[in-house]
Amino acid sequence: MSYTIEGATGPWELVIGLEVHAQIISKSKLFSGAATDFGAIENSQVSFIDAGFPGMLPVINRECVAQAVRTGLGLEAHINLVSRFDRKNYFYADLPQGYQISQYKHPIVGAGKIEIQLESGDVRTIGITRLHLEQDAGKSMHDQHASKSLVDLNRSGIALMEIVSEPDMRSPEEAGAYLRKLRTIVRYLGTCDGNMDEGSMRADVNVSVRKPGEAFRTRCEIKNVNSIRFVMQAVEAEARRQVGVWEAGGTVDQETRLFDPTRGETRSMRSKEDAHDYRYFPEPDLQPLVLDESWIEELKCSLPELPDQKYTRLMRDYGIPPYDAAILVMERSTADFYELVVRGRDGKLVSNWMLGDFFAGLNRTGRTIETSPVSANNFGYLLDLITDGTINGKIAKEILEIMIDTGEAPRAIVEARGLRQVTDTGAIDAAIAQVMEANADKVAEYRSGKEKLFGYFVGQVMKAMSGKGNPALVNEALKKKL
Amino acid sequence: MKTLDWTIVETLAALDSGQVSALELTEAHIAAVESLNPHLNAFITITSEIARKQAHAADVARRAGAAPALAGIPLAIKDLFCSENVRTTAGSKILGPFIPPYESTVSGKLFSAGAVMLGKANLDEFAMGSSNITSAYGPAANPWKRGDGAKLVPGGSSGGSASAVAARIAMGATGTDTGGSIRQPASFCGIAGIKPTYGRCSRFGIIAFASSLDQAGPMARSVEDCAVLLEVMSGFDPKDSTSADRTVPNFRAACGRNIAGMRVGIPVEYRVSGMAPEIEKLWQAGIDWLKHEGAEIFDVSLPHTKYGLAVYYIVAPAEASSNLARYDGVRFGTRVEGEDLIELYERTRAAGFGAEVKRRIMIGTYVLSEGYYDAYYLKAQKIRSLILRDFREAFANVDVLLTPTTPSAAFAIGEKMDDPVTMYLNDVFTVPASLAGVPAMSVPAGLDSCGLPLGLQVIGRHFDEESVFAIAAALERAADFRSLPALRAGATP
Repeated sequence: MSYTIEGATGPWELVIGLEVHAQIISKSKLFSGAATDFGAIENSQVSFIDAGFPGMLPVINRECVAQAVRTGLGLEAHINLVSRFDRKNYFYADLPQGYQISQYKHPIVGAGKIEIQLESGDVRTIGITRLHLEQDAGKSMHDQHASKSLVDLNRSGIALMEIVSEPDMRSPEEAGAYLRKLRTIVRYLGTCDGNMDEGSMRADVNVSVRKPGEAFRTRCEIKNVNSIRFVMQAVEAEARRQVGVWEAGGTVDQETRLFDPTRGETRSMRSKEDAHDYRYFPEPDLQPLVLDESWIEELKCSLPELPDQKYTRLMRDYGIPPYDAAILVMERSTADFYELVVRGRDGKLVSNWMLGDFFAGLNRTGRTIETSPVSANNFGYLLDLITDGTINGKIAKEILEIMIDTGEAPRAIVEARGLRQVTDTGAIDAAIAQVMEANADKVAEYRSGKEKLFGYFVGQVMKAMSGKGNPALVNEALKKKL
Repeated sequence: MKTLDWTIVETLAALDSGQVSALELTEAHIAAVESLNPHLNAFITITSEIARKQAHAADVARRAGAAPALAGIPLAIKDLFCSENVRTTAGSKILGPFIPPYESTVSGKLFSAGAVMLGKANLDEFAMGSSNITSAYGPAANPWKRGDGAKLVPGGSSGGSASAVAARIAMGATGTDTGGSIRQPASFCGIAGIKPTYGRCSRFGIIAFASSLDQAGPMARSVEDCAVLLEVMSGFDPKDSTSADRTVPNFRAACGRNIAGMRVGIPVEYRVSGMAPEIEKLWQAGIDWLKHEGAEIFDVSLPHTKYGLAVYYIVAPAEASSNLARYDGVRFGTRVEGEDLIELYERTRAAGFGAEVKRRIMIGTYVLSEGYYDAYYLKAQKIRSLILRDFREAFANVDVLLTPTTPSAAFAIGEKMDDPVTMYLNDVFTVPASLAGVPAMSVPAGLDSCGLPLGLQVIGRHFDEESVFAIAAALERAADFRSLPALRAGATP
């Protein structure tokens, strides 16, 4: 069932395309040797090139080019052996040269695609139009001084990939899934850290609405949305606004808008009339970027396994269901952890425990898989204790909590706290006798046909044994006695 | 003082033999600069202290037997080359007191080779001009005089460089050439100057005018001196992506080549209507000299020559409009405060740029604007590639081309200034080689009826400066140009 917005005149379909600016992971900037560390002191990572000093010339950073090619390969895209840089001219205080060097007409990466999976389990393919390299501008700060604006040029010249999608998305969910998937891919590739809150990934969202079956109507571009949640909200808000405009007999103007997350609405930023004339022309300071096919082949061979491949492989190799595999591959570190643990163990047991109690515990303590105090080894040992019957599942949960809090090894916890599972039938029988004695009335009820009470007896026996009874043995013995 | 008349090659021999020390030579030049610069305004900034230090170092190196190629040679550095810790103006007020914390690659190479910097030479503002009158620091003067005593322009944009070398207050100079800015002033001042192939010299640290055309080159009083200087100035620079990764040939040796059998093309389209008869005559003389040396002469056609100026005055301003956007008062140079950012830009740029620079920024902005780009910039680029093809085709049959450098000798301040287009016509013979990126050299070859120097231009294939030097040296020998400007060191003005 496709997603629509119900208007007064019937359903409206959404058409969404995204332009994502992804900051390239690289030690130095796109055209200078200055460093790119996030959070450095203002204007401490600025070369004369980044500051637009007279006589300075850009020199392309090979690693940034490699990162763009890797990303293109990860998007199954066409890599253009010849691409060119252009100048995009406009004046702003944080744009030292007065132009941004970008690839306007001849991008380094052409058409590609991304597969996204929706809640419903449906898989959709979203087209990638192109990916091009460009340099970032600096940052203007208008709130640091009473009467002055300040400029930080640390970001000036940092390499960005602008990844442009086809207008293939049809719902906020698809836009969200696309961004998540794109982020997963670049993180796998190590080409962008995908941290939207640090601004290393930002999205411009193009939205239009139409009646089903119609051609495209006018779109609006919502600039610089900096979280996946906001992208989804912005799409929805903007689509509803446009439906309102059309249904009131108006027309949607092509314009640039901003999303205000606190009010949940988009606002006009500038209209097409006062849009910049960027006076693009070929950058004369740089030669065309010519790539060697063998170099691309080399990069292709060194690519890591990508999420889609890993997803298929995890299901095949470890017999886990699609849902588990999809979550495990979302972050490379999660999948890596899983694969460390699963070696020699049951695939489903591992994914159940990882995606269930382990993730819940990490969430509770505000940790991630990277900062987890529980090592893959210890996590595996815990599962071994369950498998070999040393502890039961309930105790395992308790132990896992302790492991997350203290980082201790599971066996040490079991020994120190005497949590070993009781398989001694004598002890079990004694506990059962004790419980039956204390609940004679319930025993009578059970025996007269109220079989639902069985669970109650199990609980009571386990309680009497401090949770350490082997559940299978307890069940078996109880059935006999009752 | 006789030493001031020496060529660089002669001077190097004299320095090596101990006939003169670098410091003595430099002091003589400093004295000459002090006495003549008030008349010539060839230097915007005089750097005598730096010169003395460098000269002293050259003497020390020479005594240690480790004198590099240009040890002790006093030069003028066009004030478009950034000089570390020395004010650099580009002939503009907008740079204000700007002192670069870095050295241009080309000037750095010269100093590493022991050259001595006398000062920063005057130029048209941001190298935009053919007369030096657009300099914000007043025009440099041509040391040559004509009968009526009018003050003549030295040409431009490297007018200060040409003036200083001709007047013997510097032995050589760096210039930059975007559409003729080395060759035209060399011709006007009776010296030699070469614009090498685009990419031969690094542009790093040279304040950009039009990036796809700008090229550094030497100016000196002999072809061989230019060869000696260019050899040092050339070479790949990892800091300039457009510099060529090629080995630098022995240019000096090329000056001595026998030119018998070399094929020289005479482009028929350069016979423009209204060309002064004396230019025509000089051109013929050049042809005859080369024939006499055994070169073969052929008429060739460069059919798109007539579009050269029009293309140049679209491409160069387009690039300039973008290159000069950085002079915005935000980070360095002049700033005129405003109520907001836009006003700061407007006031700073209104106060900082001169009329010619503003005109070219406006032209450049216009030709790149949406709706005009295809009609102007794109069209110009297409014709530019046709002009390049013309040269390639001509060079399939000949080794070099021979043309006049300029359509006339130096003019007086005030002449040719009725409208910008008349001024732009000065570049008609020099612009095509710039657009094609091929090397081209002006050699002094004779005098016009007013006693002013005229130059011949030799144009070569991409990266074949050697053929250019060979032919230029042959012309120089044949022309035996010995006339001296009225204003020069050692002469009484």
